Amino acid sequence: MSTILIIEQVLNGLQFGVMLFLMAAGLTLIFGVMGLINLAHGSLYMIGAFAAATVAGATGSFLLALAAAMAAAALTGALVEMAVIRRLYARDHLDQVLATFALILIFSEGTRWIFGSLPLYLNIPSWLAGPVALPGGIQYPLYRLALIAVGLLVWLGLWWLIERTRLGIQIRAGENDREMIAALGIDISKLYTLIFALGAALAGLAGALVGTIQSVQVGMGEPVLILAFVVIVIGGIGSIKGAFVGALLVGLTSTLGGIFLPELFKLFTDPATAQSAGASLASMSIYILMSLVLIWRPTGLFGARA
Amino acid sequence: MKKLLMAAAVMALSAGLAAAEVKVGMITTLSGGGAGLGIDVRDGFLLALKQSGRDDIEVLIEDDQQKPDIAVQIADKMIQSDKVEVMTGIIWSNLAMAVVPGAVAQGVFYLSPNAGPSQLAGAGCDKNYFNVAWQNDNLHEGAGAWANQTGYKKTFILAPNYPAGKDALTGYKRTYKGELAGEIYTELGQTDYAAEIAQIRASDADSVFLFLPGGMGISFLKQYADSGVGKPVIGPGFSFDQDILGAVGDAALGAVNTSQWSKDIDNPTNKAFVESFQKEYGRLPSLYASQGFDTANLLISALDKAQPSDADAFRAALEAAEFDSTRGAFKFGPNHHPIQTIYAREVVKEGDVLTNKIIGTAIENHADAYAAECKM
Amino acid sequence: MIRERYLNLGVLALLLALALLARLADQSFTITVLTKVVILALAAAGLNIALGLGGLVSLGHAVFFGLGGYAMGILAFHAQNFAPLELGPLTIAGSKSMPVIWLTAIAVSALAALVIGLLSLRTSGVYFIMITLAFGQMFYYFSISWAAYGGEDGLSIYIRNGFPGLNMLDPIQFFGICFAVLCLVLLFSDRLARSPFGLALNAARQVPVRVETVGLSPMRLKLLAFVISGAITGLAGALYADLNRFVSPTMFSWQLSGELMVLVILGGVGRLIGPVVGAAIFVALEQLLGGLTAFWQIWLGVILLLIVLFARGGVVGLIAPKGVGHD
Repeated sequence: MSTILIIEQVLNGLQFGVMLFLMAAGLTLIFGVMGLINLAHGSLYMIGAFAAATVAGATGSFLLALAAAMAAAALTGALVEMAVIRRLYARDHLDQVLATFALILIFSEGTRWIFGSLPLYLNIPSWLAGPVALPGGIQYPLYRLALIAVGLLVWLGLWWLIERTRLGIQIRAGENDREMIAALGIDISKLYTLIFALGAALAGLAGALVGTIQSVQVGMGEPVLILAFVVIVIGGIGSIKGAFVGALLVGLTSTLGGIFLPELFKLFTDPATAQSAGASLASMSIYILMSLVLIWRPTGLFGARA
Repeated sequence: MKKLLMAAAVMALSAGLAAAEVKVGMITTLSGGGAGLGIDVRDGFLLALKQSGRDDIEVLIEDDQQKPDIAVQIADKMIQSDKVEVMTGIIWSNLAMAVVPGAVAQGVFYLSPNAGPSQLAGAGCDKNYFNVAWQNDNLHEGAGAWANQTGYKKTFILAPNYPAGKDALTGYKRTYKGELAGEIYTELGQTDYAAEIAQIRASDADSVFLFLPGGMGISFLKQYADSGVGKPVIGPGFSFDQDILGAVGDAALGAVNTSQWSKDIDNPTNKAFVESFQKEYGRLPSLYASQGFDTANLLISALDKAQPSDADAFRAALEAAEFDSTRGAFKFGPNHHPIQTIYAREVVKEGDVLTNKIIGTAIENHADAYAAECKM
Repeated sequence: MIRERYLNLGVLALLLALALLARLADQSFTITVLTKVVILALAAAGLNIALGLGGLVSLGHAVFFGLGGYAMGILAFHAQNFAPLELGPLTIAGSKSMPVIWLTAIAVSALAALVIGLLSLRTSGVYFIMITLAFGQMFYYFSISWAAYGGEDGLSIYIRNGFPGLNMLDPIQFFGICFAVLCLVLLFSDRLARSPFGLALNAARQVPVRVETVGLSPMRLKLLAFVISGAITGLAGALYADLNRFVSPTMFSWQLSGELMVLVILGGVGRLIGPVVGAAIFVALEQLLGGLTAFWQIWLGVILLLIVLFARGGVVGLIAPKGVGHD
């Protein structure tokens, strides 16, 4: 296996990882501040992709589509937070899991009701299409490079938001001591709606960006949701830094596992069996990774509280 | 569970000689991600019934949600409570494997409009099971044969890691004579193929064969087109049919795929079918719609001769398959699976609409590989 | 308390009466639907021991349901194909006998629950939910690609397995056996909750420190509850596979874990009859709403949401309030 191929695969893992980070960042923020476990986060991802496909189809502009995706997801997020989610903050995780599971059913079938069962069209704009040559003779799709860049920018942006702004202080206060923010005279319910909408917007952005090179269809959010949960659990729930490290770990494990495990198995058995067995193990690899991390550190890599 | 009780038109064809009602149970996927295929099969089937003008066929339609356990429960209900005599509609092989053996064991006739798992073509075949579409491997075998004709010597092949995926690669290798540049099993439901595309780029392949149904195929084709790898793509018709082409867009242009049906097969039945389907539903028919249409016409042709209650005569009438198929001539092999011609099609643009055009014959009068194992 | 006892007996009697009525009216499909209710109730009753009694929110109980299903599938597959199962030096002929299959399902699920429990109970809260989910996913992906037993296609068993002295092909007799198993398990759960073990477990869930001070290990109590819970859900899986005469990886899917949880919460967490009421409502909604609209899952979602938001303690909690809602 050539070095070029390995570098390319690492880039692929990185790209997958940063997109997972967009999903995981919202989840982990919402859990960290409000203590809420939100299974419907994948639905916001789907809403972003559908909004982007609709707007791109109508206007032909990719940037407008991205803006629409974030706006639609943020708006849906804010409405759902005010109508349903805020009644769940004081409940146990069990109620939260069930209520947000119910939201998945409503969003998925509702989307199918509006858009029908066939997948929608959404494609890379011409100015981001095609491969570019990187140093060392690597041909890599420009769009995927752009995804890596967007992911890193969002990470920096979130870091700035949390460490350097007034809202960030409130968020950090909320994570540490909920009574304190009330004592500081901050309107908690407004803060919560805002954070939820922020997380939703990031999920919507991820949905639009990833939907562009995948299939925009009902149910696209659930597989990503599960991966995002794996990410935040590995990283430690509530920690943005943990979500970032976890996302990269999961992205790289998943991508590289799929390539190298079959190769590894070929050393012991015939190619067809090796392919199949390697692929099976690869699809389990991130769950194995997560279990190992949790057995080693029961609250994740950067998690503080249980 | 959904129930669209559809009593056929009230008009009787031959006055005074109204035949006994025949109940047909259709279990198909009408909700969730795979609903597009089930809807097409259903619409094709109902269109044929409507055109026949018969009032003696009652169709019970229920949604299996693409879940095998739900499909089994609906089948139990249709057989035990509704007393259906003929069943049809299942899209997915795993659901067919869950329902068909039990249904035919209870004396029901099953006409498959889509799934054709190898078990039911070989050792597990049954005298009451008929497949009107294809044995699962057929289109892949066609693709292998077409690769030989095109002169491909080194194909990179990939499919999801589940039984239908393994059958697909086995089917391709059965007819393909060249070497393999690589063989990959991807995760079922995988949506990112960057890693696989990188491997294809790094290989010395001269072509790529893929079997990635539904959303997996859409994702792969978009990413593959953007990667600029540009090696020619070949696959079974499922990944390039009318239901997904719209979502793939121009990325699918030029891809060669194999199918037993295409909307430009030149015969009167097919022309009328394409036209009436478009008129009735406002969209182009897919492979699946043609299969649903053929299934209903096979059923009608058999009902003209015998009732399912007279099982032997009805079975003989089905075996004779004297109906006008959208594929032209149609006949069953000894294991009740079609012996048919597989065409090579290319994805083209007609105006704004992406669709398929026949570019040649991949393999003629092709029978499946399992017929010999079938002892009826 | 007395009121709840009447409710429990009433619900069970109603189920039995409905099945007998359906038998008289020759509605065999209604009996099949009622059997599904009973089996799902059994699976949820298993989960309820972990969830209600032990406070362990497991989003991976499909593992045990699936293992039970595959225990049935694999044993019956080898028996129907007359191909013995070779396990190294051990050769097993396979079996079509329900008692043998049940014991295997219970043993395999209990063993899996022991291993998963040992690893998962190091964590708590959301981490516990997620690690159990991860184990579920591992089994799911493994079963999809395990070609020997059908992979994603699953395994079909052509004839329902037998129980000595009964005809399992007769829907009402199969219902009867499932119903009897459910009653026994509910009786067992009731006894368990009142036993010293159950009381200690309850205490471990609420104030772990107090349990430790009297020399008991909360971890061990929870592990035992998890194993019992998994074994019962595994038994339900074997029965469910027999109901459908079919097993497939969907029995391992996370949606199924979610659905089991829905059944428990719908009925009322920690309430003895909760899983039965939850399963009955769930199946009834599935059957009734499905007839009304193709988008019935939207309404299922809305109903679930309303129950969580406004009927804490589930439906049983509405009918027979305990005084305190579940925590």
